[in-house]
Amino acid sequence: MEQFLIDTFGDNILTYIIMPVPVLIFLSLFALGAVLAERKVSAYMQDRYGPNRVGKGILQTLADMIKLFQKEDITPAKADKLLYNLAPFIVFTATFMGYAVIPFCSLYIGADLNIGIFYFLAITSLSIVGILIAGWASNNKYSLFGAMRAVAQIISYEIPTALAILIVVMIAGTLSMQEIVELQGGGILNWFIFGGPGGATKYILLPFLFAAFMVLYISTLAETNRTPFDIPEAESELVAGFHTEYSGMKFAMFFFAEYGQMFAVSAIVATLFLGGWQSPFGELIPVLNTPVAQIIWFILKGCIFVFVQMWLRWTLPRLRVDQLMILCWKYLIPVSFINLFAVGLYIVL
Amino acid sequence: MAELKTEEMILNMGPQHPSTHGVLRLELVMNGEIIEDVKPHIGYLHRCFEKHAEAMTYPQVIPYCDRMDYLASISNEFGYAIAVEKLMGIEVPERVEYIRVIMAELQRVASHLVAIGTNGLDIGAFTPFLYCFIDRERILEIFEITCGARLLYNYIWIGGVSRDIPEDFQKKVKDFVKYFRPRIKDLNNLLSYNKIFIDRTANIGVLPPDVAINAGASGPTLRGSGVKFDLRKDDPYSIYDKFDYDIPVGEGEKGTVGDCWDRYMVRVYEMEESLKIIEQAIDNIPEGDVLSAVPKRVRPQEGEIYFRTETPRGELGYYIISDGTVNPKRVKARSPAFCNLSLISQISQGAMIADIVAIIGSLDIVLGEIDR
Repeated sequence: MEQFLIDTFGDNILTYIIMPVPVLIFLSLFALGAVLAERKVSAYMQDRYGPNRVGKGILQTLADMIKLFQKEDITPAKADKLLYNLAPFIVFTATFMGYAVIPFCSLYIGADLNIGIFYFLAITSLSIVGILIAGWASNNKYSLFGAMRAVAQIISYEIPTALAILIVVMIAGTLSMQEIVELQGGGILNWFIFGGPGGATKYILLPFLFAAFMVLYISTLAETNRTPFDIPEAESELVAGFHTEYSGMKFAMFFFAEYGQMFAVSAIVATLFLGGWQSPFGELIPVLNTPVAQIIWFILKGCIFVFVQMWLRWTLPRLRVDQLMILCWKYLIPVSFINLFAVGLYIVL
Repeated sequence: MAELKTEEMILNMGPQHPSTHGVLRLELVMNGEIIEDVKPHIGYLHRCFEKHAEAMTYPQVIPYCDRMDYLASISNEFGYAIAVEKLMGIEVPERVEYIRVIMAELQRVASHLVAIGTNGLDIGAFTPFLYCFIDRERILEIFEITCGARLLYNYIWIGGVSRDIPEDFQKKVKDFVKYFRPRIKDLNNLLSYNKIFIDRTANIGVLPPDVAINAGASGPTLRGSGVKFDLRKDDPYSIYDKFDYDIPVGEGEKGTVGDCWDRYMVRVYEMEESLKIIEQAIDNIPEGDVLSAVPKRVRPQEGEIYFRTETPRGELGYYIISDGTVNPKRVKARSPAFCNLSLISQISQGAMIADIVAIIGSLDIVLGEIDR
């Protein structure tokens, strides 16, 4: 894709502006769809219909977007205006930058960096800067509480996330996202959740990889502030947490970023453990391995995880801030270290 | 390392806050996430019930009683009606007593469903809240076919009830009881025994029995602390002595006796007990005229009375002074939620901000009754 654009437009700035456009379009459509899906999923779980008026409910999110555009953009009187206005854009930009290394198919990846997954971890952590700024600049005690919680939570959960990712990186021997996906080619059994490519001995690793997969999924839930880890915006305690004071389009930016992050982390989990854009049938059915089919596989896998996120959100209560930390430091991190040790031992032997 | 200097922060929670159950304002002194002190401020929903009552005739007060505890209107009317009947020496027909008890127990289930659902909602479980409201809706439908209203009924009158039960009332109530028993099991699976819910409520906001008694707590708040006190058993009124049912108390099943989980669970058990009462009463409603004992003109002798009943929130008492005219000289209500709320600063010392919403939820306050 990158080569194609360079050939067409030449190696100039235009190429690099066009490159991320498909992702942005995808992200917008995904956010619209996911908000609707979230409302419909929650509705059916709760024995009600959900939105069913604006265009049979399908256009509800669009209508909400238009409504948000029209809303007055309020800046609290004593807020730090510059930082207050900057924060939503930092959060959104950080989320969007993470998409640069997500491989949508064998032909499209924003930038196939040789440190892809490392870049992703680093850049998505940037969003907490935005959250902290939002909480601080709002000059609201609830926002400040929310921001402090968010920072504590996201930084803590970076550790199990990184450790779980490290396991895949150790087996794959590369940090590049495309290479990690390519290694998992040739059918469902070569996915890293089943030990990746290799002989029969790889099945020894199955329990450890499955544990790593679970750790990664739980940690990413916490990193995206989804229930049961949504304490930064716990509406029954902190009203709306760090975005209490935001209205109109700035609120929409936070919202957009949240849904963007939901898909980003789901995509990372899918890429690392479920073969990314690889078809589960490998080379058996070649038509399912074309780039278009790859995109569909990839989005499908991501959406499965997004659905599980929604499912959990509408089922579970919320943890308290100290219990959240206990879960991270007492359970997830030790489990990750054991995993790391076991997989390391296997590789050495 | 030298001790870091920290400052206390005062956080105003409410009167407009999602989980203060109305217009309660809490002044929290916070040390980080830890609460050092709580001061509840009330009065945002004050409607001068007691002063209004002085200008009304006795039957006209009943709609005002409805509006005190708007989640359990029937129970409020019930206490007031009996108090005035005692003052006037009216004997109500047996049929009326049965209808009143069935309605009051249905109301108790409906009210507890709101309490349980919102307690879950405070802790972040949204779905059980809606399940509770679906079940409550079935009860409100029964009320609707009976008296036309869904929230504020003006159903129990002095000396009777406003109209007789409809033909299919018994069938509808029986259907509800049959439908609701398995739903309690579902609720327990989904919320009561959920690991996260237990973590959030067990050992939180522990209310020792002696503190509860000293503060005048009543209802599930008192029983959650293991004190077996229920006016339906201990000071029976109406026909409650005819039925066979238990008074569940908190046993510290998941933590300490008197914690939030106990208070929550007492309500779940109480719903089952209420179903038992309803089942025993529904088939034995005698024939009769529900309006036969309703006086044409309510004009009690000079005198005074204090009468208390067990509402879903606890002991609701009415102190009525009559000066022999058609207007009461004084109507004073003793509100259970008010006494229960007064405990909040004692039981939430050292709790975290997330716990305080769990504690408020487990006390099940209704501001309409506290402020009156």
